[in-house]
Amino acid sequence: MRIIFKTSYDADIRYFRNRVPALWYLALLLMSIALPFIINEFWLGEFTLMLIWAIAGMGLMLLVGHSGQASLGHAAFMAVGAYSNVILQEYGLPFILSLPLAGFFAGLAGVLVAMPTTKLHGIYMAIATIAIGVLAEDLIVILAPWTGGVSGKFAPSIEIFGINFDRYGNVSGLYWLILGITCLIVLGYKNILRSPLGRSFMAIRDSEISAQAMGVNIARTRTISFALSCAITGISGALMGHFSLVFTNETFNIVISIYLLLMIVIGGLGFIQGAFIGAAIVTFLPSVISFSRDAFFSNSAIIPGIESGLFGAILIFVILFEPMGLYGRWLKIRSYFELFPFYRRDMFRRQKSYLKTERMR
Amino acid sequence: MNLLDLQNVTLRFGGLVAVDNVSFSVKQGEVFSLVGPNGAGKSTIFNMISRFYDPAEGDILFQGQSILKKASHDIPHLGIARTFQNIELFEQASVLQNLLVGRQRHRRSNVLEEILFLPKVRKQEHHHRLAVEHVIDFLDLQPYRDKFISGLPYGIRKVVEMGRALAIGPKLLLLDEPASGLSTEETQDVAFWIEDIKKVMGITVLMVEHDMHLVNSVSDRVLALADGKILTIGTPSEVQNHPDVIKAYIGSDEEDALT
Repeated sequence: MRIIFKTSYDADIRYFRNRVPALWYLALLLMSIALPFIINEFWLGEFTLMLIWAIAGMGLMLLVGHSGQASLGHAAFMAVGAYSNVILQEYGLPFILSLPLAGFFAGLAGVLVAMPTTKLHGIYMAIATIAIGVLAEDLIVILAPWTGGVSGKFAPSIEIFGINFDRYGNVSGLYWLILGITCLIVLGYKNILRSPLGRSFMAIRDSEISAQAMGVNIARTRTISFALSCAITGISGALMGHFSLVFTNETFNIVISIYLLLMIVIGGLGFIQGAFIGAAIVTFLPSVISFSRDAFFSNSAIIPGIESGLFGAILIFVILFEPMGLYGRWLKIRSYFELFPFYRRDMFRRQKSYLKTERMR
Repeated sequence: MNLLDLQNVTLRFGGLVAVDNVSFSVKQGEVFSLVGPNGAGKSTIFNMISRFYDPAEGDILFQGQSILKKASHDIPHLGIARTFQNIELFEQASVLQNLLVGRQRHRRSNVLEEILFLPKVRKQEHHHRLAVEHVIDFLDLQPYRDKFISGLPYGIRKVVEMGRALAIGPKLLLLDEPASGLSTEETQDVAFWIEDIKKVMGITVLMVEHDMHLVNSVSDRVLALADGKILTIGTPSEVQNHPDVIKAYIGSDEEDALT
């Protein structure tokens, strides 16, 4: 059993509760930095892809997990990021400038979408964002002079201070670059969560009516959360563009949006770690399937749709048995050992909730 | 000086007149209670002051200024805090986070500064935390500081709701049935707290409450409402013995004679 003594207000502001998790995360970071020396280039590419998914997942997590809005069109903002990054690079901007600008444009697109949709809730918001996702695919084709239409775009090589970070030329370089970007985004995300902004997101997620009574401007806060979410997703889109080298109007389709949503639900809504766990599943599931197929079936027949089928099955099991997601399950296991032998089975169960004030207006 | 003035306020829901030509004023530093049977329009008056409803006629003044042009999220910034009858806390957050949301009024940093968590933001967080700790001390919420709302019993949630309103640092506190669903002992605690809120913190309190013991023990003045109309305003004992109030609650002699 572990008891944490807090001796200053900073104990609740710090990134980590105490030294133990801080050391674990430091170990994880060191492992991640050392990864290119341990595994081969194929797996390193897979890990790079996982980090990109994790960034996109964090973008959606901010919106769904922390400010309680649904979006089924986030692939559209990945597309905005990918296309604006490449177009800016073609105009001669260095990657170090074009990437943040791509995030900025995706965020701007987010604001434009958020303004008419922030009044919508739940399923209606989901429908509106699906429409955005479908529309984006067509818009890319219509804007062919800039986007290349159906023939797509080719990502130019990344060069920062004379060092080349190509997908195939410098695999570990690209990995380290994306790892650095991921770390920066995690830090920014953590800062949002521990500041008044994060608390106002949480307020509009749990009760809009009392958020208003506490002085939170609902429309403004929802727009900010949408903008930040889209900006992060846009950055992941830009990186995805470089990772896949070629992308067309079909790369960022509606399936990507749905995968993103499934990813954060399976990982655990409301936890940054959940985005990473979900990203790992999305990235490694196809490899695991193909390797186990080779191991178990000698004829190596390709079973169509097995990937989506397994993914759906995992989702159903998670929703049925662990609504807090895989990270939530880990938290329960951890508190079992921390509180041993005082852990109670219904410790995480919600108290019976009482009727809410009738929604006004 | 009058802190809050309602001038001939009327609100209709379709054909139903929920609040009918109501005027009253709350003086600086008093505890003013609204009583009346269910559906009398007490909570509706609260919701008009919170700007969730627009009155059809009349005006509401706070410190002499009309608040009818303000949006509902501007009301706390003026110094009016409120609680809800059926607890509206942020369930998936800790008590501490709930109280800190109340400090939104005192937020002095912008989005970019908060993403970078500049030293200024950290300093501001310390100030917020100190203010919230005062509220926690006042309401004896220390054991629940890091507990999630979704796991707390009803009585504690009720107290957290009051604490969150106090964290705003208001001039006027609107309490919507602070003692509903509480035990006798908990209701006594609420009475002591309301006394202290008035005397020690110097906050004016406007309260809706059904528990007449609580109303009698803390109120300076009481307003009785029925069917959206004012029956009488006066001291607790005056109001309780007023014939119209008795009639509204238990019916009159003539009606009794009919049955």
